[in-house]
Amino acid sequence: MKSCSEIADRLMSLDQAVDQFIFDGCQLALGGFTVTRNPMAIVYAIIRKGVKDLHLVAHSNGQALDILVGAGCVKRLEIAYGGNGRYAPTCIRFGRAVEEGAIEFEDYSNYQMALRFLAGSLSIPFIPTKTGLGSDLMERDGFSPEVRREEKVASRKYARIDNPFSGEKDEVALLPALNPDVALVHAQYVGEDGTVRIKGLTFADLEQAKAADKVIVTCEEIVPRSFIRQDPDQNSLASFFVDAYVKVPYGAHPTACFNFYDYDPKHLNLYRGAAEDDSRFKDYLEQWVFGVNSHEAYLEKVGTEMLLKIKASPGVGYAPGLDRR
Amino acid sequence: MLNYSESEMMAIAAGRLIKDGDIVFAGTGVSILAATVAKRIYAPRAVVFFETGGIDPSLDEIPMTVADLRVMSGTALNSGLIEAFSTIAHRKLRTVAFLGAAQIDRYGNLNTTCIGDYHKPQKRFSGSGGGNDVASLASGVISFMQHEKRRFVEKLDYLTSVGWYRGGGSRRELGLKRGGALAVVTNLALLRFHDQTKEMYLAEYFPGVSPEQVRENTGFELDVSGAKEAVPPTAEELAILREEVDPQGLICQPPQ
Repeated sequence: MKSCSEIADRLMSLDQAVDQFIFDGCQLALGGFTVTRNPMAIVYAIIRKGVKDLHLVAHSNGQALDILVGAGCVKRLEIAYGGNGRYAPTCIRFGRAVEEGAIEFEDYSNYQMALRFLAGSLSIPFIPTKTGLGSDLMERDGFSPEVRREEKVASRKYARIDNPFSGEKDEVALLPALNPDVALVHAQYVGEDGTVRIKGLTFADLEQAKAADKVIVTCEEIVPRSFIRQDPDQNSLASFFVDAYVKVPYGAHPTACFNFYDYDPKHLNLYRGAAEDDSRFKDYLEQWVFGVNSHEAYLEKVGTEMLLKIKASPGVGYAPGLDRR
Repeated sequence: MLNYSESEMMAIAAGRLIKDGDIVFAGTGVSILAATVAKRIYAPRAVVFFETGGIDPSLDEIPMTVADLRVMSGTALNSGLIEAFSTIAHRKLRTVAFLGAAQIDRYGNLNTTCIGDYHKPQKRFSGSGGGNDVASLASGVISFMQHEKRRFVEKLDYLTSVGWYRGGGSRRELGLKRGGALAVVTNLALLRFHDQTKEMYLAEYFPGVSPEQVRENTGFELDVSGAKEAVPPTAEELAILREEVDPQGLICQPPQ
């Protein structure tokens, strides 16, 4: 495609992006929040490749996090929230992995995780906050002292200081910055010039991308340079932050993508049912991840009927009247 | 007498606590109904917003999570998490947050993390999410609870979000400059906190519930001496809840 020449060397397939950037043990930040804009297509590719020992750094990642944990790709987790709202108040495979002691985990809050990415993006080593004070987030470490000595793990969970400017007792918590190896972002648009545009809420995707060493952006559409540059106030991330682009329409399914499609309630319910039982979950992975060799085959399995049902209405950005039970 | 369900009473009781002009931080479940009912009936100038960054969405349909596309549709403004928390913490705004929890103690501290040992829990829940942040930063928190002894406990298994901490002035001494637990809405009652001690007390028991019943379902000593019966939902409140706010019955099912 001549018009994509500006990003031609970074435009690739899901498998190429995974092969080139995702490695065993890598620290990974997932974009999206609970059931919205999770980078599902590339997460499925990561699972298919059999990547191991991932260290996820997450605020409220839902579906992508849960399936990575359930598929056994995750060794270590720094997390604020594992839930899918009404479809799984606590993400089931995540909850089970913690209860069974199958993963190393440590709890922060959403704002704290967002701030840690912000600090990483600003190249500062830590950042203060007025949250966490008095809570067990600050009193209880999740990681062992051995884990704390490992690369990409902070040597302590929090520190505290009094405001150094006032001389009074006025405590703040200090959070260690995060610089993940890789950030995954699913966006609505990428311009031919590589500029990324996310519509709707951005969550902490932009801080995560700017904090990470490598950034993979999957997108619904690649649009002309003239389109993306006509209204630059709408744009989210400059081209030079991004290492790989993959065009994957419906790449967030079964999670939602504002202005493009809603979450797929039927699939989320199917997933929940499968996640509750080890053998059903294995079947689910077999059917929906290992058993499909391309994103197109996956969408075919979801079916035209459902893809049309969840299609967003331009006026509101979601699918009005969708049966969400 | 009108027929209504427990969750409908809870949504309405919580909605009545919202003041006009409040900036209401809504979560999911009953809290989004409470916020929406409040806005449509008692507090038209209240603004509903979500920790994910959507300010004043049209809420033509009920969101199922705080990242539902419905929280970013018809909004005044969409942003990211950091901007959202700058709204919650803002010194010029009265921000009221709704939170749910697995456990609560007498000072309104909340546990949304686990039951049992943190490292090897009997039951793991979702975790703080933005809960700790809003409990630390908002002007006040209204909690939703199922009223059971195992949930109203002397000591939390994990203190995720700080209410009045250890009572009295202890919250302020932590360095949390404002905020605290305003009220707790359960399937049985509305509870509030004493001005000085910051201990929970029974303010209103719902119609059909006795103060004794509330006490029996609370795992710590509860002052019920000043309690009165709550006003049941009105026909108007129920109509708005059922017909406008949650017509699909996604969150509140009317009684069979």
